Amino acid sequence: MCLAVPGKILTIVEGGASEELSRTGTVSFGGISKEASLAFVPEAKVGDYVLVHAGFAISIVDETEAQQTLEYFRQMGDLAELQDTQEMEKKA
Amino acid sequence: MKHLDEYRNQEGARHLADAIKRITTKPWSIMEVCGGQTHSIVKYGIDELLPPEITLLHGPGCPVCVTPLELIDKALQIAARPEVIFCSFGDMLRVPGSGGDLFSVKAEGADVRIVYSPLDAVKIARENPQREVVFFAVGFETTAPANAMAVFQAHAQKLLNFSVLVSHVLVPPAIEAILSASDNRTQAFLAAGHVCTVMGFEEYLPLAKKYQVPIVVTGFEPLDILHGILMCVEQLEHGRAEVENQYARSVQREGNRPAQELMAKVFRVVHRKWRGVGEIPRSGFGLRDEFAAFDAEKKFGLVDYRVDEDSECISGQVLRGVKKPQECPAFGKRCTPERPLGATMVSSEGACAAYYLYRRHTETSRVAEGARKGVGNA
Repeated sequence: MCLAVPGKILTIVEGGASEELSRTGTVSFGGISKEASLAFVPEAKVGDYVLVHAGFAISIVDETEAQQTLEYFRQMGDLAELQDTQEMEKKA
Repeated sequence: MKHLDEYRNQEGARHLADAIKRITTKPWSIMEVCGGQTHSIVKYGIDELLPPEITLLHGPGCPVCVTPLELIDKALQIAARPEVIFCSFGDMLRVPGSGGDLFSVKAEGADVRIVYSPLDAVKIARENPQREVVFFAVGFETTAPANAMAVFQAHAQKLLNFSVLVSHVLVPPAIEAILSASDNRTQAFLAAGHVCTVMGFEEYLPLAKKYQVPIVVTGFEPLDILHGILMCVEQLEHGRAEVENQYARSVQREGNRPAQELMAKVFRVVHRKWRGVGEIPRSGFGLRDEFAAFDAEKKFGLVDYRVDEDSECISGQVLRGVKKPQECPAFGKRCTPERPLGATMVSSEGACAAYYLYRRHTETSRVAEGARKGVGNA
């Protein structure tokens, strides 16, 4: 139920002056485009990735944080390789 | 889609699982709160990658599952009215009430429509001024901003033929109810990443401190979940009890402020009944008085309707992590996703339905083995 899908903002339609909560945009989910409300991500720009839940963007995906987590996973792989090598050397 | 492949990488999963194995020296029970995470765990077999010391308990974080029986009954009564167009997220349609579900009411001629967003229901109300349009506003904090916006816009557009049947629940009071129970087994929590995307994680700090439990805000991809488990185990092994954020690419400490502001305008905190669990104080949202005209329970005179729940179903114990699905004598026999007896078999994010879908042929032997070893599943 709390599923939220990341998508890329293609276009933004600003709401009228009195309607700041009606900001919407077209978001592409791996090729499928859908309209989503951008009312809760007022700083989102075209090209940003947003997480969309029930037709609303609820966050802008932080690219730096995403890369840092992936980098951590990669380092963990390097560490595992190093340990494998050490174990093999011990056995040899 | 952005990063999805990297966060599902098989080798990465193995490295994380190895890291968990390396640091684990004692048995630990960790609960994932969110039904979406439960589904991922069982679907990808994440629990099977873990060392035998680690037990994952499946928590109450499926709003479809915990919506109380009497609210389903209210939905059925409202949907059956000839003037009503009843709009709902698709996963609520199979939830059994006392007599049938929304699908069966629809089959009998009721106008029940599945919508993707609550704003679709507002649009239907605008296009059908002669009909009463009711939206079934269920969900956790993740969904609350969307539902708040629907009410806010209907109010601004003076759409008095629109109303919402509200069954909103909140995660922190549920965690507190689990931790304060005398039969609690949970020693650490994976907090739900999308709930925290909206709410931030400051409200979890006092819980971690008071009950001395690690709480790690965690995402939904397999590597996210394994990483969240690793962070929990690191804390448990070192005797720490802190709130940490694994899902920093989406979650900020303070959450989404514009969303919180709109929720606070439309909703207030109320006591809520949880299916299978009972009433938890201050555990949900109801509409503020300014929006009473959009309250379907008031509009259709159902505020005082009460109904008791069936006692055969053990979903309350499953939702609190006290029992596993296959420990229920009705599991897979009298209770299946086609004919669910209760909450956790109803939605694909319910623990019982996930086990039925992915594990029903293997779990019996695993439980027996776990019982022999005196660890894990039983």
